[in-house]
Amino acid sequence: MKLGFYPGCSLEGASREYNESVQAVAEKLGIELVSIPDWNCCGATAAHNLDKELSLSLPARNLALAEEAGLTELVVPCAACYSRFTVTQHELLHDNAMHKKVNEIIGKEYKGTLRILNVIQFIEEYIIDKLEDNMKFEINKKVACYYGCLLVRPNKILNFDRTEDPQTMDVVMKKLGADSIDWAFKTECCGAGFSVSFTEAVGRLSGKIIEDASHRGAEALVVACPMCHSNLDMRRPAMDKYNGKKIDTPVIYITQAIGLALGIDRKKLGLNRHFVPVKLDNFKPYVKKEVVVENTQIMEEI
Amino acid sequence: MSNPHHTEDNSLAGKVQKHTGVKVSRCYQCGKCSAGCPVSSDMDFPPSLLIRKLQTGFPKHEEEVLRSKSIWFCLTCEMCIARCPMEVDIPPMIDYLRGESMRLNKANPAAKNIIRFHKAFLNSIQKTGRLYEMGLIVDYKSRSLNMVQDVVLAPSMFAKGKLKILPELIKDRKNIKQIFQKTLKNKHK
Repeated sequence: MKLGFYPGCSLEGASREYNESVQAVAEKLGIELVSIPDWNCCGATAAHNLDKELSLSLPARNLALAEEAGLTELVVPCAACYSRFTVTQHELLHDNAMHKKVNEIIGKEYKGTLRILNVIQFIEEYIIDKLEDNMKFEINKKVACYYGCLLVRPNKILNFDRTEDPQTMDVVMKKLGADSIDWAFKTECCGAGFSVSFTEAVGRLSGKIIEDASHRGAEALVVACPMCHSNLDMRRPAMDKYNGKKIDTPVIYITQAIGLALGIDRKKLGLNRHFVPVKLDNFKPYVKKEVVVENTQIMEEI
Repeated sequence: MSNPHHTEDNSLAGKVQKHTGVKVSRCYQCGKCSAGCPVSSDMDFPPSLLIRKLQTGFPKHEEEVLRSKSIWFCLTCEMCIARCPMEVDIPPMIDYLRGESMRLNKANPAAKNIIRFHKAFLNSIQKTGRLYEMGLIVDYKSRSLNMVQDVVLAPSMFAKGKLKILPELIKDRKNIKQIFQKTLKNKHK
């Protein structure tokens, strides 16, 4: 099976372990991810903070190239790129004048035929049903699923999950055998946009997130955004300073968690690249559950 | 005094509505945006007060908005719009105000590092089509003269395979250059 793929700059650089784990899981389950030829940066925060037309044109070029390449579905693992792509698609399909203008700026025709999937939608549609037959281990750990901003907001455009208490990642983690906890900072902003330019704010925002998760006994934070990950992983000194204590709860990508359950080598999943060491091990071997009991119940009811 | 309820007016509120479709007159000052905003404590005034200033339409208030820290410290986390009972879409409005603030040379001095970072970022993708992190850090650091902070991280990022020495160049860089010329370059000369 072939799906369109947009890695984005982070996945090729500072967050390459996210890409590695997405690729490893896809390969294991027989899914081929085809990158958009000659893709460019989506423009991220910088573009939309400074110029609207630029912020729509940079993603639109990628979307147009994907359409030209005959792709119909596009997997965008980076939550920031996913947000920019989805917002661009929404804006252009609801504003004819802007759509024309952007097509003129990029010198290509963007039609708007693509279906854009974030990593969780990709997992829900193409991976979750294959887990039972391929799982080697249960991730028998307490985890806090962290969604951040861009996967759930703006809800009106993304229309993805509940804004205040989303569940999609929790469902996946439970399927992997994890105990996903209820906690207070699921969708609070980690401040990644200011990771470099205003690090003190990041210490406070991310510090609160990591503190609540560890306080409630989470053995790991599970994320689906490279911005959140590199922020929560690399800015730990600023967070520890804010919290006045050292917290060593690791942050892993949801695709790394799936990879571990599938028995994929830790190095192949890029777990060696994290700043906060990921010590999670001793996973329980997975035994496929029988569903016979449920059937007899139904029979009795009949 | 200009009337912000009128769409054709020349007030800042009128321009906001024209360019973003956001009607500030819908806000009834419940304050949920300010309560949920993770950076309201870093701002000179929180989002609900920013809207109030636009609602009055006083030139003094509009000037305060364009010169504020608030518009630059917004992280676009979208919590405000998620919780707004009147669906006043603050983030695109703030994006527009940032653009205006830059265009009119009114950006708050406290935002200089944030703006430098954005510029360094766009500069990087303008040249290569993709973000070149090493180049971005060097460019930003030379603009902000704050050499210490992230240079400490660079060697361990490199050791973990997270920093590339050379940029990745896309093939059609002409196309990217053209996109920048027709958008950002066109307005901020």
